[in-house]
Amino acid sequence: MDTRSIMIVGVGGQGSLLASRLLGNVLLAQGHDVKVSEVHGMSQRGGSVVTYVKYGDEVFSPVIEKGEADVIISFEQLEAARWLPYLKKGGKLITSTQKLDPMPVITGNAEYPEDIIDKIKAAGIEVTAADALTLAEEAGNAKASNVVLMGVVAANTDFDDKLWQDAIEQCVPPKFLELNKKAFELGKNAANVVHS
Amino acid sequence: MKKLMLGNAAFARGLYEAGVTVASSYPGTPSTEITEYAAEYDEIYAEWAPNEKVAMEVALGASIAGSRSFCGMKHVGLNVAADPLYTAAYTGVNGGMIIAVADDPGMHSSQNEQDSRHHAIASKVLMVEPSDSSECKEFVKTSFELSEKFDTPVIVRMCTRVAHSQSAVELNDRVVPEQKEYIKNPQKYVMMPAFARGRHVFVEERTQKLREYAETSPLNKVIDNGGEIGIITSGISYQYAREAMGEGASYLKLGVINPLPVKLIKDFCAKYKKVYVIEELDDIIETHCKALGLDVVGKDLFGYIGEFSQAIVAEKLLGKKADTVSFDGTVPVRPPVMCAGCPHRGLFYCLSKNKITVSGDIGCYTLGASAPLSAMDTTICMGASISALHGFNKARGEAAEKSTVAVIGDSTFMHSGITGLVNIAYNATNSTVIILDNSITGMTGHQQNPTTGKNLKGDPAAAVNLEELCKAVGIKRVRVVDPYNLAETEAAIKEELAVSEPSVIISRRPCALLKYVKHKPALKIVPDKCKGCKICLRLGCPAISVREGKAVIDHTQCVGCGICSEVCKSGAIAE
Repeated sequence: MDTRSIMIVGVGGQGSLLASRLLGNVLLAQGHDVKVSEVHGMSQRGGSVVTYVKYGDEVFSPVIEKGEADVIISFEQLEAARWLPYLKKGGKLITSTQKLDPMPVITGNAEYPEDIIDKIKAAGIEVTAADALTLAEEAGNAKASNVVLMGVVAANTDFDDKLWQDAIEQCVPPKFLELNKKAFELGKNAANVVHS
Repeated sequence: MKKLMLGNAAFARGLYEAGVTVASSYPGTPSTEITEYAAEYDEIYAEWAPNEKVAMEVALGASIAGSRSFCGMKHVGLNVAADPLYTAAYTGVNGGMIIAVADDPGMHSSQNEQDSRHHAIASKVLMVEPSDSSECKEFVKTSFELSEKFDTPVIVRMCTRVAHSQSAVELNDRVVPEQKEYIKNPQKYVMMPAFARGRHVFVEERTQKLREYAETSPLNKVIDNGGEIGIITSGISYQYAREAMGEGASYLKLGVINPLPVKLIKDFCAKYKKVYVIEELDDIIETHCKALGLDVVGKDLFGYIGEFSQAIVAEKLLGKKADTVSFDGTVPVRPPVMCAGCPHRGLFYCLSKNKITVSGDIGCYTLGASAPLSAMDTTICMGASISALHGFNKARGEAAEKSTVAVIGDSTFMHSGITGLVNIAYNATNSTVIILDNSITGMTGHQQNPTTGKNLKGDPAAAVNLEELCKAVGIKRVRVVDPYNLAETEAAIKEELAVSEPSVIISRRPCALLKYVKHKPALKIVPDKCKGCKICLRLGCPAISVREGKAVIDHTQCVGCGICSEVCKSGAIAE
């Protein structure tokens, strides 16, 4: 098969590393060649962060460029807008409805755009939006919104549920396993409701 | 069994499988995780050294003792370790010795974009470059054999995209070679002029042998797809070229990047009508080719700046541009910021408020340079804050001494700040140095350091007492403040700037992200009291924003540090 490209975008500290590792492990278990490219260091401190997940028969470059992503998974609305040019025409966006003001908005030097999701839909993109933050808080911790969103992804893909469960067990410390499994289920169920 | 591993984790696995017993490093993005993963193998002794020079000397000592050893660092770290490197090139090794150096094209987390290959060329040691995780492991293992065979340290060059990308790796067992005998050999290991002259002859002979090795090394690969286009490349650039060009080009993928082969390159070029050199950063392979009289095209197309990608290769060689969707509207930038509850914020707020000139340094606190705090005037390299402050004050005199400070983190101070402070005491400026002691090495992701009381494995260790250390080098005025207490912090800064004596302020509070730090409940705005004056926004806290004229606090981010309630004049921020 041709290489397929998934981008996970968000704000440093939202847990995109765990999300990409879950996805990477599920894809590897499916028998694909996989590359996952992460961001560490300074950009992690509240900046815009992006993680690339690519899979296929043989993956070469670990990065995704403009117009190449089959799917973008976004943890935050503004980041979905920022990375939109990386989506292929006909690609899909799965996004959390969470909004986080970047520093130029906080300091009054810029405005947070309005109606982001509607504008993206108007550009002809298929959007699945979920309130991952509220669901994560329901699961017990706002920090689990990354795993909620992976639940939404799982509902939109046809990978065996056991692979997801195995990946969660492999990537999450035992102390937080129950919380994350609950977050994943909430995301999976929510996806059926909010699909647009 | 195949496992998805970061390049850095696979590198560490290579160290494990090759039987390394001693590893010493200083953290630096994107190299840090090699040593962290190495420390997870109980069979490897791994440590954080105070700086890269120390780390490399530890590794060389272990090698001379007969064991396989390792040290790791980022590109700029190799500048610090250049002194031992250039002489380790002369002494050679006993047990194999590998140096990881991680370049950062695109400067994701660095102050410059230097190309480490220059150090390999100048020091005349073997350098190899993997292009994915599997190669990281294999190249490390091969490098130990080459190190021992050719009697040279070997530099394994990494870059951000190889270090921080995960791909599948096949795991093998650890094989520990017998420790080499240590035999006293001053002609080899005592580099005084009489002996070093002899070793320089050896170095030149070794370079010849390494050049011959490069001609047939299995680390160099030719992928011949016929056609008219040949591409000479290495490392991550190979992956970009391969993805963009597929079977539409043939490739010479160089794994040995110093010294470069001659015949191999000439033979490759002879087969194709058009040959491109694709290498990030400097034009080292290209210059080598041109010196051989070969007609290749490289930097004229690709330039010297930033990262490449498959899209850049496709655009330059095929004229292809991707079809994209765009967002209808302006998207504000989202630069990195200090975290909510970051102890550095209070200190920088006081500096900003008093319009103090700040000689900065390398760490999370470099973010103090960003708006709205904008409280930094210079950032150069590890430790430069203190020494540059002394120079600034010598040049501008008393007025500067009363309005200028240096800021430096605890780990950076241990790395190379101490010598600058010795200079301030010894050569006498009335400088004010602020050590931002957050009890951890922050920016690289929470590594222990000599001030934290724990070692790399998390076990208790001797802790440097910063107050006593500063006093011991000759600074009489040393005081500690809590940066969550703005009044105390501001008063201390004003007092120490006013006195005609050198002084050190230790701004002490652990990083808010440390697991053992207990957070208070999120604060709340009392809407009736908030006048919408926006003074709280001057703190640059990501948890505070304004909605409909009133401040709001994001309860998912706020950790209750309370400095916003200290600046609020209306008493509108409550627990």
